[in-house]
Amino acid sequence: MKQHLFEMQHQKTWVLVEQSLENPNSAQNSMLLAEHYLLLCQHLALSKQRLYDNALIERLNKLVMRLYRELYRYRTDSRLNFYGFFVREFRLAIYRHRHFIGLALLVFLLPALVAGSWVYLDENAVYSILDGPDVRGIEQMYDPAARKLGREREADTDVFMFGFYIQNNISVAFRCFAGGLLAGIGTLLVLFFNGLYIGSIAGHLTRLDFVDTFYPFVVGHGAFELTAIVFSGAAGLKLGYSILNPGQFSRLNALRLAGRDAIPMLYGIVLMLIIAAFMEAFWSSNASLAINVKYTVGAICWLLVLLYSFSGKQFESR
Amino acid sequence: MLDTSYRVEIPGGIELEAQLVGPIPRFLAFSIDFVIRALFLFIFAIASIPFGKLGFAFWFIFWFLIEWFYPVLFEVFRRGQTPGKKMLGISVVHDDLTPVTFGTSLLRNLLRTADFLPFFYLFGLVTMISNRRFQRLGDLAAGTLVISIRESAKPVAIDNITPLAPATSLLRNEQTAMVDFLHRSQQLSLPRQQELAGILDGITHDKNDERVDQLQRIGAWFLGVQ
Repeated sequence: MKQHLFEMQHQKTWVLVEQSLENPNSAQNSMLLAEHYLLLCQHLALSKQRLYDNALIERLNKLVMRLYRELYRYRTDSRLNFYGFFVREFRLAIYRHRHFIGLALLVFLLPALVAGSWVYLDENAVYSILDGPDVRGIEQMYDPAARKLGREREADTDVFMFGFYIQNNISVAFRCFAGGLLAGIGTLLVLFFNGLYIGSIAGHLTRLDFVDTFYPFVVGHGAFELTAIVFSGAAGLKLGYSILNPGQFSRLNALRLAGRDAIPMLYGIVLMLIIAAFMEAFWSSNASLAINVKYTVGAICWLLVLLYSFSGKQFESR
Repeated sequence: MLDTSYRVEIPGGIELEAQLVGPIPRFLAFSIDFVIRALFLFIFAIASIPFGKLGFAFWFIFWFLIEWFYPVLFEVFRRGQTPGKKMLGISVVHDDLTPVTFGTSLLRNLLRTADFLPFFYLFGLVTMISNRRFQRLGDLAAGTLVISIRESAKPVAIDNITPLAPATSLLRNEQTAMVDFLHRSQQLSLPRQQELAGILDGITHDKNDERVDQLQRIGAWFLGVQ
């Protein structure tokens, strides 16, 4: 069949489909699009096989592509399913990252412990890790003497800090994850230095005997924040490892599989850090609560987070 | 070979062809988005001043959302197009040409951080120009591509052309070339049309004939215009 005749025969259908694509969500149009999808695929295949000219092939190709993009738009994983995510997906993702979580924990905890003990034992050590002004700022924040002056934070300060924690902490976690793409090096650096800083701050404040202000403050939200940082490190390390040791896959495919696995981890990390920011701003900073209450709640939080993190194995299919 | 066509077989039993987009339009789209983002942050900052600390709390949250989720939300809910991409007529898709989902879009946009290193998207640029799909690091991990979805130019009207049978018989691909010439002639300047038609001097037409006219009429004949 000559091209001109072919075009004359089907022009009406194409225009109809083009019009329906303008407003694809109406019931009538979506039905029409679904019905015409295979027909248009056939038209495209025919025009290619019959060597019709490029203008027509391009037009049909565009049309089929728009149709295809419309029909294959939603996938189940783009729907929110908090229950399924919380009960199954996130726990399974944690389980699948268990080796990397172990490694991330090591890279985070080891410098923290070493720096912490060093700073605790050596008076001047803290200044080789942190800047002088930073150390003074931290000392002021947790100085029990300052607290006793009764300067309680105003409500809007709490909200301000909440916003700040959201922006700052989640961005750190995201960067920690993204650093994994550079063969894991970026992630290792972020984990190492965060461990170093947190460890030396804890060591310094313990040495100054600010124990009763510092630890009750961090114990609650730390359960979520520290765990989330380790999780983001684990997801990043898995990305890096997939490039370094792709196993049976090509490096590219290994990376994509690791990327797909990382997605539920990212959702979980964001949720955990939002909880952490909320606690840090409104609970941890509340000076009117008794220390014992904070320790108890903190212990419960840690227990829940750990129990949850270690419970994913049952969902792994074998 | 320099070929930006990207083919993928879709359920429907055929191959779809898309045009991949290189670094320059993507950089332009990014710049437009960057300006829009900066503008919104600036306006929001000014609007939040009267509310004191509370205002800044919301500004921080807004900053966080804009920094990390501006591209994600647009790509998911606006068919792969941020405002900048829309202006450039480009769109983010999975490598099977389906629209991006929240998960993949989030992944490719978080990994932007790695692309940005060591400064101003150097890793991203190097990766993009060293693979044939123009994917930056984030695209590689998420399995996404950026394609052009610009409308193609309309072919010329052929109603007023009298078809003419060619003097010699032509192969199928030669016939297609004739039709392509007819359809594309509006996009070419007249000297270029004459230059192209000149290649066929003595084959489909004599030297003295109206070359362009002649070729267009032969094209119309192969099209099947009555």
